[in-house]
Amino acid sequence: MSAILTLESLSVTLPPGADRPHALEDVSFSVKANEIVCVVGESGSGKSMTANAVMRLLPAGVVLDRGRVLFEGRDLAQADEAAMRAVRGAGIAMIFQEPMTALNPLRTVGDQIGEMFSIHTDMDRPAIRARVLDLLDEVRIPEPAQAAKAYPHELSGGQRQRAMIAMALALDPKVLIADEPTTALDVTTQAQILALIRDLQRRKGTAVMFITHDFGVVAEIADRVVVMQHGRAVEQGPAGDILNRPQHPYTRELIAAVPRLTAPPPRKLTDATILAIDGVSKTYRNGGFLGRGARVTHAVRNVSLALPKGATLGIVGESGSGKSTLARCILRLIDPDSGAIVLDGKDLAKLPGGEMRAETKNIQMVFQDPFASLNPRRKAGDLVAQGLMVHGTPRAAALARARELFALVGLDPASAERYPHEFSGGQRQRIGLARALALEPKVLIADEPVSALDVSVQAQVLTLLARLRTQLDLSIVFITHDLRVAAQICDLVAVMKDGEVVETGPVARVFGHPQHAYTRALLASIPGRDFIAGRQAASA
Amino acid sequence: MDAIKRYLRSPPAVIGLVLLVIVLAMALSAGWLFPRDPLSLAGRPLQWPMANPRFWLGTDNSGRDIAAQIFYGARISLLIGLVATLVSIVIGIVIGALAGYYGGRTDTVLMRLTEAFQTLPNFLLLLVLVAVFGSNIATVTIAIGVVSWPAPARLTRAEFLSLRNREFVQAARTPGMRDLRLIFGEILPNALPPVIVYASVVMAVAILLESALAFLRLSDPNVASWGNLIGLGRDVLRSEWYVSAIPGLAILVTVLAVSLVGQGLNDAFNPRLKGR
Repeated sequence: MSAILTLESLSVTLPPGADRPHALEDVSFSVKANEIVCVVGESGSGKSMTANAVMRLLPAGVVLDRGRVLFEGRDLAQADEAAMRAVRGAGIAMIFQEPMTALNPLRTVGDQIGEMFSIHTDMDRPAIRARVLDLLDEVRIPEPAQAAKAYPHELSGGQRQRAMIAMALALDPKVLIADEPTTALDVTTQAQILALIRDLQRRKGTAVMFITHDFGVVAEIADRVVVMQHGRAVEQGPAGDILNRPQHPYTRELIAAVPRLTAPPPRKLTDATILAIDGVSKTYRNGGFLGRGARVTHAVRNVSLALPKGATLGIVGESGSGKSTLARCILRLIDPDSGAIVLDGKDLAKLPGGEMRAETKNIQMVFQDPFASLNPRRKAGDLVAQGLMVHGTPRAAALARARELFALVGLDPASAERYPHEFSGGQRQRIGLARALALEPKVLIADEPVSALDVSVQAQVLTLLARLRTQLDLSIVFITHDLRVAAQICDLVAVMKDGEVVETGPVARVFGHPQHAYTRALLASIPGRDFIAGRQAASA
Repeated sequence: MDAIKRYLRSPPAVIGLVLLVIVLAMALSAGWLFPRDPLSLAGRPLQWPMANPRFWLGTDNSGRDIAAQIFYGARISLLIGLVATLVSIVIGIVIGALAGYYGGRTDTVLMRLTEAFQTLPNFLLLLVLVAVFGSNIATVTIAIGVVSWPAPARLTRAEFLSLRNREFVQAARTPGMRDLRLIFGEILPNALPPVIVYASVVMAVAILLESALAFLRLSDPNVASWGNLIGLGRDVLRSEWYVSAIPGLAILVTVLAVSLVGQGLNDAFNPRLKGR
């Protein structure tokens, strides 16, 4: 079958002053009807830029300067703006990572899908309404009539992405470009959306260009794969070949960095408990006038957990399961409603403000977002030294200690003089780690410390964390939504759903023989689990 | 450094800066160019500009040198502008920061107070303050500052509302940092750029408020201010219009300069907003 969309030695130039001259260099590949081509790469590899170049939606200053984009025999690189408008939506449709920002919050979902028809066709209103309901039914939104009348914020993340897909497929486009459409979703929702895209693609024969950073997703959905690095397509071929017999060293590296699901051999744990959480609850009430229509959210419900000294306790769950709220309750960034948090015999939940501030030197936190968790107006060294200075260390001594910590987490001590924006994501997370370790805490709370990082960087940070754990005799509470990461580093794991712990135990047992239906559902939703399991069997 | 480069690349911002420097130079050189008291009798009243080589901007209806008053008036206008702005920004930042950081009841109380001030026309409030506390230059300046704080307060509060839940603030709280240090050490530097830009608006308004007050002859009559001169010229507006027009022009240029500098700062601090 002939290709519907072909990119021929496409080059895109970045404005002067960017970190490299070209966003894309000599990229060529094609997408045939009825196949899914996955474009894989880490952040900055140019994979999203490829999609934007095809749609001719490049940011200001970024220029498509060489090559051709052939769509149905026409070169889109040369097409004028009017021709592009006719192609966008009708010929090539696109879905994005974050459906909440891609939808207009002030208009109903049905309205926005209907807009596709009122712009591109001359159907009348009742016909449009009927088509919208059909589409919503096709993407399997529960109760399509209700969903059509809903505003974006009234739908869940998965439903919003379904609505986006309905909008993209409204005009039966020949090509669908999906830019990380499941990255912002929970694993169980992600599995459903992937199944939906696969299913719709088969029924309608659409060509799909699927952009992702996750080789699990690739294994799940791809017919063919294009691997991108620094704006070049370094390897491409059928999915089976790329996944099982990767040729290019970068592809091999990426595939090797995909975390496995089996736990490393269990470490011996002590009986001494350093942190005990007992019956902690946190409830939010919001809205409602005089108590009417008020919503009560049980963010954390009666959670009891124990962290043995030197162990790593993983808390896994999807968004909204209360795992981050629990972490903030432990550190008293949020005051829990009830329950006890006993650290080394002292109940943190009952300490008054001043004593809690003193106690913070024993328990510290690493945050999720390496871009948001560092104050942009302070030097990296100051950020690390800050905690020490708060606890009374003189400035010079604290800064000297900060340099030692930089070396400990694998950063150049001289870089302490630089500001956070001068570091990469992985380096920033190391700064966050150095900051948390500055006070020599007994317990470290890590809230999704690697989820914002690329897989290869993720693997490095996890290795660092494992090394520091033994070197400094740390006990860690490790919060993550990614079961593969949890399997890598945790000794014990607790699965949370809707604010409650549904299952807890050693990681090998919980993942190997899950008892609770939800744990089983989570494990079944991991993208590419067969591929991961296959690789484990092969390397064992 | 980047901000300075971006600032210098914008022609209106550079023009504003040049005008501001000229006004500043006038203020500094006043004592040296016009060693005599600008409010003392200098010659025959109501001489037109250029009519007498000694008074190249002419004399007012009391026979005082207008050029000397313009130069000394630059001192007063800049002084009132700076001090009143400082007063209003400091009050605004403290109230806005506390309201935005603590939220809840603190926020409600402080914001209702701010609204109470905002609903009163600030010139009327200024008149009341001057009527009660008298009109010497210090009380006038402070009174202008006191009536101009609500807008900076709201701006600071809005910045704090969006910044207080950022991870870097929580990260600074985890080692046990106290609230005041969090507010002024961690959050405020990040909230400051839009407030600094807004300060230029406050400064322009402060200069205008003082002039308006002087026009009504409610400002300090014992200093040479531009407003006083305009107020004086009101009596001879039809025949010797230059007595009001010259200081009016001086006010126009100064306020324009301050606004251009403020706009330039805004573009320099938010490079992404430019070019759109």
